[in-house]
Parts: sequence; structure tokens; C-alpha cells
Amino acid sequence: MKERNYTELENTARKVRINALKAIHRANSGHPGGSLSVTDILVALYFDHMNIDPENPKMDGRDRLVLSKGHAVPALYATLGERGYFDVEEMMSLRQIDSKFQGHPNMNKVPGIEMSTGSLGQGFSVAVGMAIAGKMDSSSAKVFAVTGDGELQEGIIWEAAMAASKYKLDNFVAIVDANGLQIDGNVDDVKKVAPIDEKFAAFGFNTITCDGHSMKELCEALDSVDHECGRPTVIVCRTHKGQGVSFMTDQAGWHGKAPNDEQLAAAIEELGGDR
Amino acid sequence: MADVKKIATRAAYGEFLVEEGAKRPELVAMSADLSGSNKTDGFEKAYPERFIECGISEQDMYAQAAGLALSGKVVCASTFAMFAAGRAYEIIRNSIGYTGANVKICATHGGITVGEDGASHQTFEDLALMREIPGMAVVNPADAVSTKALLGKLVGTPGPAYVRLGRANVPVIYDENQTFEVGKAITLREGSDATIIATGIMVSEALEAAETLSEEGICVRVIDMHTIKPLDAETIVKAAEETGAIVTAEEHSVLGGLGGAVAEVVVRSCPVRVEMVGQQDTFGESGKPADLLKKYGMTAEDIAAAVRKVVK
Repeated sequence: MKERNYTELENTARKVRINALKAIHRANSGHPGGSLSVTDILVALYFDHMNIDPENPKMDGRDRLVLSKGHAVPALYATLGERGYFDVEEMMSLRQIDSKFQGHPNMNKVPGIEMSTGSLGQGFSVAVGMAIAGKMDSSSAKVFAVTGDGELQEGIIWEAAMAASKYKLDNFVAIVDANGLQIDGNVDDVKKVAPIDEKFAAFGFNTITCDGHSMKELCEALDSVDHECGRPTVIVCRTHKGQGVSFMTDQAGWHGKAPNDEQLAAAIEELGGDR
Repeated sequence: MADVKKIATRAAYGEFLVEEGAKRPELVAMSADLSGSNKTDGFEKAYPERFIECGISEQDMYAQAAGLALSGKVVCASTFAMFAAGRAYEIIRNSIGYTGANVKICATHGGITVGEDGASHQTFEDLALMREIPGMAVVNPADAVSTKALLGKLVGTPGPAYVRLGRANVPVIYDENQTFEVGKAITLREGSDATIIATGIMVSEALEAAETLSEEGICVRVIDMHTIKPLDAETIVKAAEETGAIVTAEEHSVLGGLGGAVAEVVVRSCPVRVEMVGQQDTFGESGKPADLLKKYGMTAEDIAAAVRKVVK
């Protein structure tokens, strides 16, 4: 088992959450709920697991991540900035005119963004295409597709899941940020997606379920995928929308609403302060 | 016309894929359960390791195509035009167009010459939909020779493209030595009384119309507008200035396709009368291709009638 400093990863996640919220506040627009629920997943991937080089974002043989739930991009920008792809201050222009930091990811504007997403479901299928290309090239690199749980209501997800299984894509890892909420309410009230793991298992996936806010569980789940052979994996991460900020936690209302000055200050304080 | 060689543009596409696959190891072909119909089956046999059978999931195919292209592949992804431009529209727009992915959407069975399958399979909207996407090249070749040549150019140029191919056998109008450039129209016949600007399978109909009209003393220019985007505005303006009237001809809705594109150029640069031959804002139906073209007003005779109207 790899030795890790989980506290350091947790501290990085704390900074990512603060920067994502600051950028959303500055723009007075954006998606805090899903950004906070996916943060720990992104930090575990970019700071512990993925084979990447921020100095050379297009490095041959790199692992790639497609943020299929593109609305959570503030968390991805903050993660990439923290990791050194660009100065994290740059992302404070999020959603503003002339900014590289678009409201949903644009791969042609920001280094480290592998796919332009925003229209749900497509990123998952694009990532499957990338993994097929990897198999054609006998590459050992992995492709990670990060989706929401509400996003699983998109039919293209299941079309692509069949393809991932057919092509035995053990280089493809779907990660579901299962925060249980979507804009119109509880995911399973709006259109039931549960049981997520059993559905993917029926589609031929190796399935893992973990606490999406435990760095230890996330890292161990990702480690275990390295030994998987001949089938794709899904990691269903149980998360909370708005994780880390008590008044945003598990509130569908914080899906796409920016915090005001007082709310931002309270959130930063709760996240341990802006150090 | 009895001894004119007839080949479907989809068949030329199938041959192109096999030939190009030998030269270009990064070429990947995809199909959504129609490889015999869209003619990707030859490529599948020749290069099985570079062929992706997507099953009946066109949306997934075009998103996967983007993923393959963004991993260095050159992708030709095929299904019927209805299910490419229609069903997968928003995926093509966001995952291929917006990213600039090197995907060639090779859509077969465009227009009414799908024939017996009827309205659900006959698309008249694809050229309009595709030309709205920023950065998307839109090509509609007239015959087998131009199909192969234009595909060769497109595959050698990074970026998204939509290529509309047909089901029915159509006359070969070009000889093998003809050169083609994407975005550069070809003037097939000189004339001064009016200009017929045609695309796809309507080019041969336009040539036939020109022949009929010349017997009546009407001398028309015929242009093959094989590329709808980027549009050869220079050739259109020149035709407007020199011939004073234009008839467009397409196996597509008169709304938003070639006719619309030509009119957009003409009204801004040299307003002249423009008549549009094409599908008149209605759905198609089952029938033999030739009967359907006749019923829905897309024959040489319809083009000739439109020319008579504009030259008066």
C-alpha cells in the first residue's frame, strides 16, 4: 500500500473549495453545490493518482480526465491552478467577458482541460472514444470520466457504457459524484437512477462504491482499478452537494446560485480561512 | 444518357475509405449498424482493428468520434444523414464543432432519393443544420469522382466536416483528371442569360436542364457548388453580375440550404432574382427515387422551368 499524507490532500481540497467559491462569488454566477461535492474526487485524482505534467499539459501518454458534469468546472479550474497548470488567481475572471475561464470547460482555452463539456452525458461518451483510441495505440494511460448522478438520466451514458464494456476498456474509469440532488430536487424523485452500481454491473462494469469525501477511500478505490483487467470500472462516490459549507450542504437550491459577500465570508471561515 | 456510368456517391466513399486506409494509419471508420448501407464494410474487412461498430447509437458514435479525434485519430463516422445531422445534432455541435475535433461526418442516404423508406428517413434539413455550426465544412459532392477527391482533401485537413452522400446511383460527370478544392466551385458550363447553381445529385439534373434550355435559345451557366461551407462567394457574385439571375438546385429544403446560402451572398453583394429548386417545406414519402424527385419538383424539368421564370 502506497504511503500517503491524507492531511495534505485534505488541505489542498480545502483551498480548492475556497477558490472555487471565490470565483463564483466574483462572477455572481456559477454552480457551487456540484463544485463542492466533486472537489475531493478531483484532488485525489490530480494530486495523487494521475500521470500528468502541468509543465507539459499535452504530454504523450498522460492520463486524461473529462469533466462530464461540466458545470462543476470551478472546482476543476481551482484544482488545475493549485496543481500548477496556471496561476490560480487567473481563474477569478470566471464567467466574465474575455476570460479563458468559461462557465463550462473549453479545452481550447485553458491548459489541462481535456474536453469541452457542459451538455450532460457527452463527456462520458467522448472519454470512451479516448479510451478506445488508447487501446488502438496500446497505451497504458487511463481516461477518467467524472459524471453526476442526475447526469446518468442521459441515455448516451448507457449507450457509451455498452461500448466501454464491448471494447473491454480497462483503461476507462467512470467516477460518479453521487450527491443525490439535481436542479429539480432529489435525483431519485426526479427520475430514479438507483441502484447505480447494480446498473453499471449489469452493463459489464467493475463497480466500486466509496465515500467521495474520504481521501483514504478515494485513493484506495483508484489504486484498486490499476489491477482491473478486461472490463471498465465505475467508482460510485457517495457525496454531499455543497460539502464543506454547512448552509450549502445537501441543498438543491445551491446548485446554481452564487454566494453573496456575507455567505462567502461565512463559507471561507468554515473552510478554515483564506490562508 | 444510356451509356453514362452511374455510381452512388456512398459507393465511392466506401472505395475511398479502403484506399485511404492504406495510406493513413491514423484513419478510423465508424458505423452505427449500417455498415453495408453506408459502405464502411469494406474498410471493416480491410482494417478491422481500426473500425468501430457502434450499434444503434448514433449520438454515442459521434461523441466517441470526438474522443478518438482528440486522441490523434482521423475519424470518418457514418450513418444515414437523418440520424447524423438530425438525431446527433447537438452532440455534433458541442463535442465536434465547439472543440474543432477532426471528425468527418460522412452521412449517407441524404435527401429524397432514400426512396422507399419514406419520410422518417429522408432528410432535407441536414445542410442547413450543419452549415450553422461555426468551423464546420459542409460538402455535398455531385458524383463518384468528386466524392473521392473532396474526401481526400477533407481527410488531409484537420477540423470538422460534414459530407452528404447519396443512396441512389447517379451519373459520373467528372473525368478522373479533374481537380477539386474544398470551397472552390466548378463552372461546368458557360452561359450569360442566367446561372444554375446546383449541389449534390442535382448537378447532373442542372446540366440536363441547360441542354434543354439551349435548344430554346437560353444560354445558362452551370456551377457545381460542391461546398456549401466555406461558400465560394466570389463565384456566386460573378455569376450574379454577369448573368443577372440565379436558380439554385438542391435535394434539400429550399429553406436554409444551398438556396439560402446563395441568397445571403447575393442580397448583400449583387441583388438579382434568385429562384430555388428543392424540397418545398414539406415531408417526403415512400416511392422510387425518380418518381419522388418528379413529384417533389427536383428534376431537370423543374430547374428549366425556374430558369424560364427568371429570364422571362
